[in-house]
Amino acid sequence: MMFDFWIILTGTLVAATSGILGCFLVLRKMSLVGDAISHSVLPGIAIAFMVSGSRDSLLMMVGAAVLGLITVFLIQLLQQGGLQSDASIGIVFTALFAIGVILISRNAANIDLDLDCVLFGEIAYVQWDTLIINGYDMGPAAVWFLGITLLIVLAVIGLFYKQFKICAFDPALAAALGIPVALFHYLLMGLVSLSTVASFESVGAILVVGMLIVPAATAYLLTDRLSIMLLYSVLVGALSSAGGYYFAKWLDASIAGSMITAAGLLFLLAFLFSPLHGLVARFSKRRRMKSMTA
Amino acid sequence: MNSYPLEVQNLTVAYQKKPVLRSVSFQIPSGKLIGVLGPNGAGKSTMLKAVLGLLPKVDGEVKIFGKPYQEQRKLVGYVPQRESVDWDFPTNALDVVMMGRYGHLGWFRRPGAEERRIALDCLGKVGMADFAGRQISQLSGGQQQRVFLARALAQNAQLYFMDEPFAGVDATTEKAIIGLLHELKEQGKTVLVVHHDLSTVKEYFDHVLLLNGELVAEGTTEDTFTPQNLQRTYGGRIAMIQDFAAVPIEME
Repeated sequence: MMFDFWIILTGTLVAATSGILGCFLVLRKMSLVGDAISHSVLPGIAIAFMVSGSRDSLLMMVGAAVLGLITVFLIQLLQQGGLQSDASIGIVFTALFAIGVILISRNAANIDLDLDCVLFGEIAYVQWDTLIINGYDMGPAAVWFLGITLLIVLAVIGLFYKQFKICAFDPALAAALGIPVALFHYLLMGLVSLSTVASFESVGAILVVGMLIVPAATAYLLTDRLSIMLLYSVLVGALSSAGGYYFAKWLDASIAGSMITAAGLLFLLAFLFSPLHGLVARFSKRRRMKSMTA
Repeated sequence: MNSYPLEVQNLTVAYQKKPVLRSVSFQIPSGKLIGVLGPNGAGKSTMLKAVLGLLPKVDGEVKIFGKPYQEQRKLVGYVPQRESVDWDFPTNALDVVMMGRYGHLGWFRRPGAEERRIALDCLGKVGMADFAGRQISQLSGGQQQRVFLARALAQNAQLYFMDEPFAGVDATTEKAIIGLLHELKEQGKTVLVVHHDLSTVKEYFDHVLLLNGELVAEGTTEDTFTPQNLQRTYGGRIAMIQDFAAVPIEME
C-alpha cells in the first residue's frame, strides 16, 4: 500500500513540475527545446558524478542546470549563425547526449550510475532510496528532491507570472516595456533543466519529455485561459501517474512507460472530444453550419 | 517638456551585416500625427524597433523627450504588427489590454482592480467593451487590432508607435482607429504610424516621414507629400503615385 502511494506521489510530483513548465514551452512553441534539454543534461549529471564520486543529488542538479543553459545558448548561437532552428536543436542535443553516454560508459566500472536507469528511470525503486538525516529516515529521497523542485517552480512562476505570460504572448511588447525577456527565457530554461534532473532518476531522461509536453498539450485543448491551462496540465499529469501506475501493475509492465502512455491516451481523448477544440466538436459545428446554409 | 518627443541622430541598423537603415536623422514635433511611409523593405518597422531598443543599432542615437529610451519607457506606447503574435494564445481581450499596464506595475505587483478598470475603459474607447471576456482567437482581424490599440492606450503614454494598424482591417475598425488618433492628438500626444495606403495619407496625417533605406524627406504633409518626393521614395514601383499626391495639391 505504501509502495503504491510513494510511486504515485513521485509520478504526480514529476507530472506537476513538468506540467507547469510544459505549458510555457508549448505556448512558446519550444516543446523540442524541452526535449533537447532533457537529453543534454546527461553529461552534466555524469561530470557531477565523476567530480563528487557520489549520487549527491544537489551537485547533479547544479551540473545539469548548467548544461541545460549551455544547451539553450548553443542552440541560439547556431540559429543566429544561420542554421534552421530544428537542425540546431537536433545537432546540439544529440552531440551533448552522446558525450554524456561516453562519459558514463567509460566510468561505468567506477561509478554506480546505470545508463538504462538514466534513460528510462526506475520509479519502482523510489521507496527504498530514502533520505537519511542524522540517522532519521525521512522517506524517499526522490520525493524530497521533486517536492523541493516543485516548490521552486511554483515560487518562481507565481512570483513572475505576469512576466512569463507576456514573454510567451508578445516578447516584443515585453521588451519595449523594459521586461528583461532574455533573463526570463533563461530562467524558464533553467527551471526545465532542474525539473528534468529531479525527474530523471524516477522516469528517466526520455520519458520526462512526455511529462513536459503531453499534459500541457492536452490542457491547451481544454481551455482558453492560461491559469486554467496550468491547472489542467497538472491534473492531467496526476491522473496519468495514478492511472498509468495501476495500468502497469495490471499489465506487469514498465511503470514510467505506462504513465506516459496514459498521458497519451488522455491527450487522444481531448483531441477527439474537447468541447472547445476537439475534432468531434469542430466537425459537428461545421455540419451544423452546413445544414443551416443548405 | 520642451524637447522633441523623438529625436533620431544618424541611426544605422543592419540585419546580419546588411544595412537596412543608413544614417537616418530627424526630429518629430510634439502633438502631431505622423505617417511613416515607404516601399516594402524600406526599413519602416526596423526603424520603430530600433528606436524601441528591440533591435541593436549599428550606430546612432535616439532620444525620447531629450533622454535615452531606457529612462523614458513609461512615456512610450507601442502597437506591434498584428501578425507578430499568436492569437491562439489562451487568454481574453481584457487580459491582453491589461498587459499594457505591466510596465507600470514593476517587478512583483500583480494587475488588480485598478488595472482592470483602466483596461475596461480603454476597451470601451475602441468600441470593444462588449468583447472584454472574449477569447482572442474568436475576434475578427479588425477587433484584434482594436484590442492592440486599447492595450497601447492602457500604457497611458505621451508618444505612440504603431506598426501598420490599418493593415487588413474592416471599415469600422479603420474609423475607430482614426477617431482614436484624433483624440490622442487633442490630448497633445504624438503618434507615429507606419502606413501603406497612400490614398489616405493627406486625410490622416499632419506630418510624413518618407523612408527608403535612408530618410528621403520629412516635414508637414502639405510640403513633403509631393510627387517628386514620392518618386524618390518609391522609384518607378508605383505608377499611381501621381494620382495620390499631385491631384489634391493642384486643387489647393
